Parts: sequence; C-alpha cells; structure tokens
Amino acid sequence: MNRFRQALTLFFDYFKIGLFTFGGGYAMLSLIEKTFVEKRKLITEEEFLDITTIAESTPGVIAINSATYIGYKALGFIGSLLSTVAVSLPSFLIILLISIFYESFSEIAVIQHILKGLSIAIIFLIFRAGLNLFKIEKKNVITLIITSLAFISVLIIKYFRLSFSTIYIILIGGFITLLSYLIRLLIERRKKK
Amino acid sequence: MIYLTLFYTFFIVGLFTFGGGYAMIPLLEEKVLSNNWLLEDEFLKMVAISESTPGPVAINMATFVGYKVSGVLGSFFATLGVILPSFIIILLIVTLLRKLLDKPVVKNILSGFQAVVIGLIFGTAVWFIYKNLFSITNSQLAIEWTSVIIFGSISLLTILYKLIFKKKMSPYLIIVLGGVLGLIVFSVL
Repeated sequence: MNRFRQALTLFFDYFKIGLFTFGGGYAMLSLIEKTFVEKRKLITEEEFLDITTIAESTPGVIAINSATYIGYKALGFIGSLLSTVAVSLPSFLIILLISIFYESFSEIAVIQHILKGLSIAIIFLIFRAGLNLFKIEKKNVITLIITSLAFISVLIIKYFRLSFSTIYIILIGGFITLLSYLIRLLIERRKKK
Repeated sequence: MIYLTLFYTFFIVGLFTFGGGYAMIPLLEEKVLSNNWLLEDEFLKMVAISESTPGPVAINMATFVGYKVSGVLGSFFATLGVILPSFIIILLIVTLLRKLLDKPVVKNILSGFQAVVIGLIFGTAVWFIYKNLFSITNSQLAIEWTSVIIFGSISLLTILYKLIFKKKMSPYLIIVLGGVLGLIVFSVL
C-alpha cells in the first residue's frame, strides 16, 4: 500500500511538472529540483547534479532522461516507466487538442498573422539557443573546427538541396574527436618512452 | 506502414538529439521535409506552437507531426518513438553503465557530437533567417521588410530587457512578443 501511494505521488508530481513547465527540459530542471530534492527528499542535491549532467550529456529528450532517472531511483523500473509516462502525458493531450482544431483555426487571417510572428520569434530563439550552447561548451581547437565545419555543411546541404543526412555529420564529428583523442594519447606515450 | 515510419523516424531523431529541444530541430526539419510531412513554413509554425505550449518541446513536436501525418495513432507512435531512446539509454546508464560516462574516450566522442550539434543549430538558424527575412524574385535578392521589422524589434527588445532587468528574457515572453508583433505588423502593413 505504501509503495502504491509512493507510485501515485511520483506520477502526479511528474504530471504537474509536465503540465506547468514552458520551454522544455532546461526549464524543467529547476522544478524537478524543487519537487524531488526539497519537497519529497527523494534524491540528494549531489544526485540531482549527477542527473543534470547525465541528462545533458546523453542523447535524447532532457525531460525524459531526468524522469527515467529519478523514477528509477524512487521505485525501480516501474518508477521510471510511471514518471516518463506522467511527464509526457500533459503535452500529448494538450497538443492533440490543439491539433484537432488547428486546421480550421489556422485559416483565419488574424491567426495567420500571429503564427507568422511566432515563427520569426522561433528563428530568433533557435539562434539564441545555438549561442547559449556555444557559451557553455568546453571549447578546444578540435571542437571549434568541428562546430564551424558543421555550420558550413548545413548551409551547403540546404542551399544545394543535397540529400546528406545531418546524422552523418554528427557521426563524423564524433569520429574526428575520437581520432584526435587517440592521436594525443599515442603522442603522450611516445614522450614517456 | 505509416505508423512504423513515424515511430522509426522519431526514434532516430530522439537518438541523435544532444542538448534539449532546439538541438532536435536540424534533424527533425530534415526528416519532416524529406518525408513531405510538413512544408518549411508549416514546420516553423509547428515549432512555435510546441514551444508555446507546456511540456517537453520534443514531445509536443512529435505529437503535432504525428497527428498531422495520421491522426491520434500517428501522434502516439511518433511520441513513443521520440521517448524510447532516452528511456532505454538512461535505464542502461543507471543500471549498468554509470562508469562508462566518466571514461575519457566516451567523454571525447560525446563532446564531438555536441560540437556538431552547435554548428548544426547555428547553420539552421542562419538558413531560416535567409529564407524568411529575404525573398528571391527574378533571381534578385529582396528584403522582406515586415519580417525584418519583427526580427529586429525582438532582437532590440531582448537586448534592452537584459540591460534593464539584468537577466535574459524568457523564451515564453519572446514568443508572446513575436505573436503580438506579428499581429500588429502584418495587420498594418
């Protein structure tokens, strides 16, 4: 019974977090800290920092990463499943509702004007997101070269309508850093001899 | 089988996302356009709606695109697809692989992925600026003044906001600003 109640609390905590955060995973992290570190005392401050690092450095949706992690800490596999479903459910239902009315709404001239304005705000936000990530990145010569190459390749691919997936660019970037790491390792070993 | 395509596509997008909702945009745009699920201007509107509604942006985008392509079931499979890579990876990490993340080799590869994603985001942003703030008529580059006015005003206001309040304007406020400016500028001009 106690476990059942815990599961229920976890579900509703995460449902609330999903319902009340605007702007995605990063915005969600502070609410997660408040709820699970301060209020529920489910995880410690160190664990929270660990979750943040893991959620940011592993692939995937940050909100889901942190929900899976905290859910697992609280109640094992069932916990991770519950919190993942709970954090996704509000979004899913709200967007479904909007989608159903979207087609008929989006034809109204006033709505079209607002949407066009929103799109331009999004372009601004995408640019700012790039800047933010660039600022917090641990920079070195290799990563700077990779970032610039990726930047140029996107523009070339789009301008000439080439069919070269960005997945390959991501993999090539990973390969280059791996290679440079191995070369540095080799050089250091030579020096030691 | 459209549900399988949706699931698979969003699984790949989820798997190759490093660093939150915006990091997803370059790859998602590529997939959505190449599958003819949305047009380029529809894509930006979809992102705008996903950003301005509560919840994880990735889930919002998956649900929206999924519904557009094939209704409620479509949105279910797209959302499931985008969630699953995160879920599996984190489960593996908490149960078995926590130490793997501290290995220099892994750290290096991950930093390489991240470096690419930053470049991709910048590239995509610049491409969107080029496509939306300019137009090409008779192979002559012309400026779309209405869009430039909105973009310029947003840039200016965020800078002013930062100077006055000493903190960044929240994305949500920027989106509201975009909507209001769009309403004014496109209705007047």
